[in-house]
Amino acid sequence: MKEIRLMKGNEAIAEAAIRCGVDGYFGYPITPQSEVMETLMALQPWKTTGMVVLQAESETASINMLYGGAACGKKVMTSSSSPGISLMQEGMTYLAGAELPCVVANVVRGGPGLGTIQPAQSDYFQSVKGGGHGDYHLIVLAPASVQEMADFVELAFDLAFKYRNPALILSDGMIGQMMEKVEMKPYKPRWTNDEIEQMHPWATTGKPENRKYNIVTSLELDSARFEVFNEKLQRKYQQIRDNEVRYETFECDDAEYLLVAYGSSARICQKSIQLLREQGIKAGLLRPITLFPFPTKEINALASRVKGILSVEMSAGQLVEDVRLAVNGKVKVEHYGRCGGMIHSPEEVVEAVKQKIIGG
Amino acid sequence: MNEEIIIAGFGGQGVLSMGKILAYSGVMQGMEVSWLPSYGPEMRGGTANVTVILSDNRISSPALKKYDTAIILNQQSMDKFEAAVKPGGLLLYDGNGITRHPERKDIRIYRVDATQEATEMQNQKAFNMIVLGAYLKLKPIVTMENVMNGLKKSLPERHHHLLPQNEKAIARGTEIVKEIQKI
Repeated sequence: MKEIRLMKGNEAIAEAAIRCGVDGYFGYPITPQSEVMETLMALQPWKTTGMVVLQAESETASINMLYGGAACGKKVMTSSSSPGISLMQEGMTYLAGAELPCVVANVVRGGPGLGTIQPAQSDYFQSVKGGGHGDYHLIVLAPASVQEMADFVELAFDLAFKYRNPALILSDGMIGQMMEKVEMKPYKPRWTNDEIEQMHPWATTGKPENRKYNIVTSLELDSARFEVFNEKLQRKYQQIRDNEVRYETFECDDAEYLLVAYGSSARICQKSIQLLREQGIKAGLLRPITLFPFPTKEINALASRVKGILSVEMSAGQLVEDVRLAVNGKVKVEHYGRCGGMIHSPEEVVEAVKQKIIGG
Repeated sequence: MNEEIIIAGFGGQGVLSMGKILAYSGVMQGMEVSWLPSYGPEMRGGTANVTVILSDNRISSPALKKYDTAIILNQQSMDKFEAAVKPGGLLLYDGNGITRHPERKDIRIYRVDATQEATEMQNQKAFNMIVLGAYLKLKPIVTMENVMNGLKKSLPERHHHLLPQNEKAIARGTEIVKEIQKI
């Protein structure tokens, strides 16, 4: 029989990590994501699966521990919230530059600065445009439920290893702190060293007789060669764009007005659509599940069929820029969102649709 | 069935755990549920509240502004959430420490003197279960069997010896809830 449990989003990330065979978690506490490491410490997976759980001395240390673990072909992850994720950005660009797979979960709180401990979605630019330096992208997944918090851990690792690229789970204090029903997947064993050597021939697993030594680095002092490497990275990102776009639509078939929102805001917008339809206004929602790659084509196609689009995000307006690029001037695109840790209500979104899109 | 509830009171009154037990009861009944706490500085002696939704259908927004039911356990929460009850909805409150009683005319109002009752039962910790009992009397959306199963799931096993006391407190709540205003 399926076991249904009631869990917080943060707890779901932790347990899913153990179950999908993660080798190591390295983190540093920060509200509103501290339950991730607290749950791991309570479950003590080092006694069962052999997974290492370590509280590092800082976020900077955590991300560099990921670099070390990932270089050895291990499944390693960390989690934090906005200010902590900012501290990790140097490590993130090094991981991207060294083409190392790993998973980072950001349970976003309001910024800028130390900010607030309440939920926000104002780390969108940092996540999808690259918070560190250089031409790189993370694969970014945006869960909108506690079930997805659990499921996306494994999905993030699958994509990270498929493309040798860091993957980010971008949630927020609402999804992290709320409880919903979750069905956990069965336990998978951690990879053995032989499996790692077979599956990840690039990993620094020691130098056997039959191949050259592996080097993991993000440094290349020969600019001509580094340009070739950058072009290769860009081809990889294009492959990700071509193959990995994930999204969900809700009541879009007859929609005259479109909402675009991810994560918590997508949940709030579903209620708004119900309220709008009760008032005879045909609204629908497109929820990007992957933020990089972004569902550009899908939004562009919907833009041909609707009268206006509202991008809803708990921020001052970041997602809206990618929606506008996707729509490319076909219809009006506006932003609505509370910020600084405030959560917009379904009714406020309804008003914004009426004022900014229908009436505006 | 779709029931949207706000439970609001002081930190330490068992607001969050009452919501969790209610949510787990819904899980036991095969419903969709969500539990969204306010967290942070409020939890240190100030107000604490939790939004619980139980539904036969997939739940859209876990964060709401209007509720079918408000369970109000202190004056600050009365000031904040009386206006958030949908017209025709339910307001259930504990009279202890309430200086301004609810004034809405378009909602059903009930009172449960759970603080007083818990003192009389010499079990302060029974407070939130008395309130839960009162709520379930007014809105029997989950069976008592599923409430007890939900309670079992949300209490750590080392506390399972407390289940009979909790059951008694829930039963007491169903008995002492008083109607203040019909509509």
